[in-house]
Amino acid sequence: MAAAAVPGGLFAVYKPAGVAWGCVREAVETRLLRELNAAPGRAPRQHVRFLPAPAGADGGAAGLVAARVPVLADHPLGKGRRGASAGGGGGGSPGRAARTAPDAVSVAVRGPRFRRLKIGAGHRLDVKASGVFVLGIGHGNKLLTDLYNCHLTKVYTVGGLFGKATDDFSDTGKLVEKTTFDHITREKLERILAVIQGTNHKALLMHSNIDMKTQEAYELAVKGLIRPMEKSPPIITAIRCLQFALPEFQLEIHCLHETQQYLRKVVHEIGLELKSSAVCTQVRRIRDGVFTVDDALLRTQWNLQSIQKAIWDCQLKVKTELEKTLGHHNKSCLPKMDAAMAHAADS
Amino acid sequence: MASWARQVSRWCCLLQTARAAEFPRRLRSCSSTAQACRGFAPLPLLPSRNDVLPWRFQAYGHVSVGSCSPPDSAKDGSLSSPESNLPSPVKQEQAKAETLPDLNTKILYEDWDDIPPSSALEEISEEAAVQIIAEPLLPLQSSTLRDYVDHSETLAKLVHLGVDLSQVEKRQKAGQLLLTLDFEKDVRKILLFLKDVGVEDNQLGPFLTKNPYILAEDLEALETRVAYLKSKKFGKAEIAQMVSRAPYLLLFSVERLDNRLGFFKNELGLSVKKTKDLVIRLPRLLTGKLEPVKENLQVCQIELGFQRNEIQQIVFKTPKILTASKKRLKQTFDYLHNIMGIPHHMLTRFPQVFNSKLLRIKERHMFLTFLGRAQYDPAQPSYISLDQLVSLPDEVFCTEIAKASIQDFEKFLKTL
Repeated sequence: MAAAAVPGGLFAVYKPAGVAWGCVREAVETRLLRELNAAPGRAPRQHVRFLPAPAGADGGAAGLVAARVPVLADHPLGKGRRGASAGGGGGGSPGRAARTAPDAVSVAVRGPRFRRLKIGAGHRLDVKASGVFVLGIGHGNKLLTDLYNCHLTKVYTVGGLFGKATDDFSDTGKLVEKTTFDHITREKLERILAVIQGTNHKALLMHSNIDMKTQEAYELAVKGLIRPMEKSPPIITAIRCLQFALPEFQLEIHCLHETQQYLRKVVHEIGLELKSSAVCTQVRRIRDGVFTVDDALLRTQWNLQSIQKAIWDCQLKVKTELEKTLGHHNKSCLPKMDAAMAHAADS
Repeated sequence: MASWARQVSRWCCLLQTARAAEFPRRLRSCSSTAQACRGFAPLPLLPSRNDVLPWRFQAYGHVSVGSCSPPDSAKDGSLSSPESNLPSPVKQEQAKAETLPDLNTKILYEDWDDIPPSSALEEISEEAAVQIIAEPLLPLQSSTLRDYVDHSETLAKLVHLGVDLSQVEKRQKAGQLLLTLDFEKDVRKILLFLKDVGVEDNQLGPFLTKNPYILAEDLEALETRVAYLKSKKFGKAEIAQMVSRAPYLLLFSVERLDNRLGFFKNELGLSVKKTKDLVIRLPRLLTGKLEPVKENLQVCQIELGFQRNEIQQIVFKTPKILTASKKRLKQTFDYLHNIMGIPHHMLTRFPQVFNSKLLRIKERHMFLTFLGRAQYDPAQPSYISLDQLVSLPDEVFCTEIAKASIQDFEKFLKTL
């Protein structure tokens, strides 16, 4: 019985490119269901039936003995059971009769014990993107909402290829134009990246709704908590070049409120800024909030044991992060109450 | 589902009328000894109905209990008032009926004719009242067999046989069918027949789960079909294998089976022996739809560009390719041929790659490319066969083929 406990919490899986996130969720669910249903369930429920006692044992009057009979389990008694209920089914107190409601029957009749699990998905990844993908089971779904409200940054590595442009900014799209790229150098690319980071920094301050000239803003900045806490357009908080080998390049982008398509568009625009063109070959998320690529489970590890372990390992990280962000913001919403409480404690 | 309900309610009506017409006196006499009536009444009282389903007796038992119990017997009262001269039960008799439910009930029957009458309004003792069980009625309408399984001997026996009722009830009309069957009369002969055909004992449950409709088939028709297969020179063991692997095979008429065998022979251009071999290995070809098979052959020939004799070889090695999804087939071929650069004749030699997942092929190929080991040409050194590429489990693949550790492979997968 204890073996078939449904885990609850948050864990990350590694979504391969070319598979929709819904399929990943389904796959995890089916595998978990298979394992949960394979585990031994609870013992079959028992009928209380009054079976006729061997004749002449203790006279005619007390000829019935109470016996517990499994409710249609895989049991050789199954044959005798019907005889019992039809032949000697009298003489039970009403309370006992009520307890033997016929709704519990063996798995073969009832079907699998678990049919679906509540598995929710965190920040989505589109079909072509790969990387860390957070899933929540059971009460993890609530944590997912909390985590969403934290507006944590995500980190991507984005691969690009100069010299081509396609209609959907990815390398598999329809080719729109070809350009030369010999004039591009790493310095030029990094200059563009710096510009992008600068403009996005301004946008970040604007959307975070904090007056920069206050003590509060300073404290938030010290803790590194300045970020928009409501919906905002995609914001890149940091961008740098990891690799540069013409015509290919690879960027690391820290951002929030993005979509993968937006990142592809960024690559496309970098190409245009450099008086060339570029397509995005790969979008791979290496961190989603507190979940890093090392926490993510590969396809071969999507089983009950690994998932349980992953949930366990990440629990603390998630909790501290939630307390840090949401706790702080709750406090800043009610500074007066805090002050009042401090005052009360002093006196 | 609704029609089960109709049937159940029809039986109930039938029982009610039968009760009113045939044995009002019997029922009257057991009105205050409901449990005794429940205990033995159906069996001796319905001698002409011995062939009726046992669970109907059960239902009858319930119905009679429900309507005979004194607290709610207003209806019964009206029915019984003209028969007030009927004997009323004697305590002693009641005790006897309780304690010896399996005794010769004929004696009891005779005795009861002289029992003094009882009225529906008569007070009964506390003891007697306690002994009346008001079990809930069988539901008249239900979406599952779960409600009936504890009351139907046929269902109970099927469950013990290993039939998964939760699967069966999802099928159209299958649940209704099982409820109308009698184990001794209808089910037993089919089971014996299947055993004769050669279905293993432990396979009977899964077989009936897949195909409950065979229970309603005519035995002679089934025997003709087996005889047809025998006339086509299929061995006994082969027929057994085909029937257990494709449970619906025996539901196909002889003409249809003949048509289908002919289809595979002509369409693939195989010899009689090879066709037989093919359907023995994958009997679901015979029971499945033919349209997807035709389409797959077209895809192989026109879109993938295989020669006719190559297709024959591929199909003979992996018959599954005929039932695979077209889209998957095309995607896999596209990757193997256009990205990994594997020529047609190599694919013909190792058609099993089409059965494996594209993602698996992709991952392994990329890993090998990353290590510089992706070499699929048998003429050159350090050749990796396609079979090894797809069929080995991850650990063996890493150590034997890629010569790397499984940790490295996992790390690599996380960079894709």
